[in-house]
Amino acid sequence: MNEIDVARHSLMIDSLLHIWGWEIPVYLFLGGMAAGVMILTSLLMMREGDRSPAVRWLAFAAPVLVTVGMGALFLDLSFKLHAWRFYLAFRWTSPMSWGAWILVVVYPVSLALALAGLGDEQVERVAAFMGRFGLGAPTRALSAFGRQRFEELRWVNLGVGAALGLYTGILLSTLGARALWNSALFGPLFLASGLSTGAAFLMLFRLSEDERHFVTRWDKLAIGLEVAVLLLFLAGLVTSGAASKDAASLLLGGPWTASFWSLVVIAGLAVPLLLETLESRLHLRATVVTPLLVLAGGFALRWIMVAAGQA
Amino acid sequence: MKKRYAMAVDTVRCVGCSACVISCKTENALPDGGFRDWIVQEVRGAFPDLSMEIRSERCNHCSEPSCVDACPTGASHVAEGGVVAVARNKCTGCKACIAACPYGARYVHPAGFVDKCTFCLHRVQKGKQPACVETCPTRSLTFGDLEDPDSPVARLLRSRRSRVLQPEAGNKPNVFFLS
Repeated sequence: MNEIDVARHSLMIDSLLHIWGWEIPVYLFLGGMAAGVMILTSLLMMREGDRSPAVRWLAFAAPVLVTVGMGALFLDLSFKLHAWRFYLAFRWTSPMSWGAWILVVVYPVSLALALAGLGDEQVERVAAFMGRFGLGAPTRALSAFGRQRFEELRWVNLGVGAALGLYTGILLSTLGARALWNSALFGPLFLASGLSTGAAFLMLFRLSEDERHFVTRWDKLAIGLEVAVLLLFLAGLVTSGAASKDAASLLLGGPWTASFWSLVVIAGLAVPLLLETLESRLHLRATVVTPLLVLAGGFALRWIMVAAGQA
Repeated sequence: MKKRYAMAVDTVRCVGCSACVISCKTENALPDGGFRDWIVQEVRGAFPDLSMEIRSERCNHCSEPSCVDACPTGASHVAEGGVVAVARNKCTGCKACIAACPYGARYVHPAGFVDKCTFCLHRVQKGKQPACVETCPTRSLTFGDLEDPDSPVARLLRSRRSRVLQPEAGNKPNVFFLS
């Protein structure tokens, strides 16, 4: 038997092995959702034919979600006055630095595409509203630029969305001192989950029948991918070294098992996938139950991974 | 020649008196509850067959510091002699370095920045020893430059058996524990 006694009864260190509280999972969830919204609005804009008003306006959801998420990040900083320091440096070894810059790129790209996707009258409404803050002319200019470069912008928006989704996972996976996070599959896992929560978010609004069908298909694909990556992630941990095995046991028999399997795997992945399949096969009317389950599952995934990784 | 500061902690001599902890707190004016070094007692076996190892632990000033890699602003950096340091004016308190450190060597100072052991670089630059080393009543702590083959720490590490903590983390620590 080995008994280790650390003579350091410091609340500042020992309780703070759990250094990241609610702010980080909230941000990772909103960031992932924004990534999914960006990817899907790009894909929707690549389709032929007319778009519903909901889809046109929902392109603005990505920057809004990112803003709320960044608000949570800001609350987590313990030296808030130095937040601007993120933008005086680019450290290529630090995913957090990549993320800080990706978040900045999200705004012009997603706003330009969202404005470009609006009709003339709608752009004028936005410009009139922004005019109250003295931003009418830049809004019109951004919209004109977006229309001019509509083709490329859709792909850039899709790329930035994918980068945002991937980075939220890589942020955790590069922190090698926390065994549960130490898997390269975290990036794809959070990207797939972000795509599915983004789809679920869009499904909460009044899409046209055709668009809903399109988004649902992407959601099913994303959920399928997420299940596959999750299985590979667990298999990778279980078959690695002792530290990884210990980390895997948190989810396979340890304290996080019940919440992980019930909230994430069953309620967040299996049930919505089944409901979506039934809805499309039996031509049932879609309800908000499925997207709400996906959103709750996506949030539970971030919450459990961030908390269990620090346990 | 480039310096590589290191420390040897003699676990045979250490009695766990915590003088290193107190002198560090005093020297560096650490806040209530903030520690840059600490004592670990590891007891092996079951009564009456027991053995105990006492270690004075601190930041390992790793040669491949994962905390520096994780820092998004460059606040965590490698200073003179390989000392891993935090530039307070650049620190946002994002805590990525704390999450990246395998040794739990960092904490958030009440003023907001992240704080940690500096090997008392401000003293070393004046030719003095780190406060913990100077204070240690059993002379368990030896500090010096590993690149200098005649330094006491280099000679100790050549002659005595030593190990580092969690070598599997791959950070290449520069605090060695003699046994």
